[in-house]
Amino acid sequence: MTDYKTLTCAEVSVGDTLEAVDIDITTGLVVCGALATRDFEPVHHSKAEAQATGLPDVFMNILTSQGLMTRYATDWSGPEAFVNSIDLKLGAPNLPGMVMTMTGEVTAVDASTGRVDITVLGENNIWGMHMQGTVQLTLPQEA
Amino acid sequence: MNADEQKVFEEKIYAFVGQEVYPPTPAPDDVNLPMIRQWAEVIGETNPAYLDPAWAASSKRGKTIAPPAMMYVWGQEGFQVTRGRAPNAQSNLVAMFNDYGFTGVLGTNVKQEYFKEVSPGDNITIQMVIDNISERKTTSRGTGYFFETLSTFTDQNGEVVGTQRFKVLKFIPQELPAAAAADDNALEVPTRIASPRGHDNGWWWEACDEGKVLIQRCKDCQTLRHPPRPMCGQCQSMAWDSIESTLEGEVLSYTALRHPKIPGYPKDPICAVIQLAEGTNIVSNIVDCEYDDVFIGMKLKGKVEQVDDKTMLPQFYPA
Repeated sequence: MTDYKTLTCAEVSVGDTLEAVDIDITTGLVVCGALATRDFEPVHHSKAEAQATGLPDVFMNILTSQGLMTRYATDWSGPEAFVNSIDLKLGAPNLPGMVMTMTGEVTAVDASTGRVDITVLGENNIWGMHMQGTVQLTLPQEA
Repeated sequence: MNADEQKVFEEKIYAFVGQEVYPPTPAPDDVNLPMIRQWAEVIGETNPAYLDPAWAASSKRGKTIAPPAMMYVWGQEGFQVTRGRAPNAQSNLVAMFNDYGFTGVLGTNVKQEYFKEVSPGDNITIQMVIDNISERKTTSRGTGYFFETLSTFTDQNGEVVGTQRFKVLKFIPQELPAAAAADDNALEVPTRIASPRGHDNGWWWEACDEGKVLIQRCKDCQTLRHPPRPMCGQCQSMAWDSIESTLEGEVLSYTALRHPKIPGYPKDPICAVIQLAEGTNIVSNIVDCEYDDVFIGMKLKGKVEQVDDKTMLPQFYPA
């Protein structure tokens, strides 16, 4: 069985950065992300409906963005982390053809509770900030 | 809207605060692995806590859990929303904003808090209320109001597993939206700012397009000059020709542009004043090198390269 490591609170310091990850925004990711989150709002799967709102193509729904942000944090922490919260500010839409780069940094560590704040920025190469916010995790005190 | 009209309008919208958008409604399906797997595949999630029952059995939890970010997914209405949603307090509030000209809509913030992990077999009930509506605000998008819905998620035992706050700005758009104005292929990848090509410097950029960096030379006194200009600073002659630079150079001064990131440009580009072997200076980028490794006097070798779909530029590498 694959061994999955989870960071402990002691291994993490304020200022630690997460490795940047590029996400290719494709029609598949936008449409399938909407369907996998049972978000059937037409702007997320119908190009014509999206264009009627003034955008050139279908755009990513919020639930997919939340999923990507959480994934980014827990890929870093490992699977035993408890997710306390995800607090995100929404910016420019993610459309097919864009590339979103996610970057993150540890901004708070509370050794007594194991709570760690990670600020995450998801920026696409065309319109800039798509989402920015904080994921709070609780990490194990010891492995 | 005058002050009295605004007062009447605000009384109407603030009456929505506390109203229920969804009464407590159990999800049609229990939390289940097939939906989790589909979600995980799309999101690119490989967390064994969601996907691998064997690993999970030996983990601290002892069983798999649902991705926390799926909390809102379980209660979604489904495909019928493509044919419209049944009216509720939120759609009535939105309709009232629209009637008064606040037709713009922008989701601005969403915060989910999780108190308890849920696992396959659990059933999530959602309840949503209109929690608060701001006073009238002037924003960069236009004048309007923020309203926030609060959803509370409980499991089959009535325990609260999480909450979601979703903030929406309803505003008077500053310009009318272009109806169906968007067309295909409107998504253009940004490129560098086009070089300004005037009467006195167009020739220099045209040579750059051909892969050459030229240095202007006075035909009378042979003094080199850069950037291009019509008259020699030494002898005031307006006769000139040019030589091609070998692009061997040395750093005179440098900095990195940290903020803001400019669309079409690399992150934190290193910008330098470089003295060329021929004697003139040029402002250009140093690439293929960390900022901390650059120093004044550093030897460089330049190349004219295509840096994006539209732009040829000299770039300098550590020699």
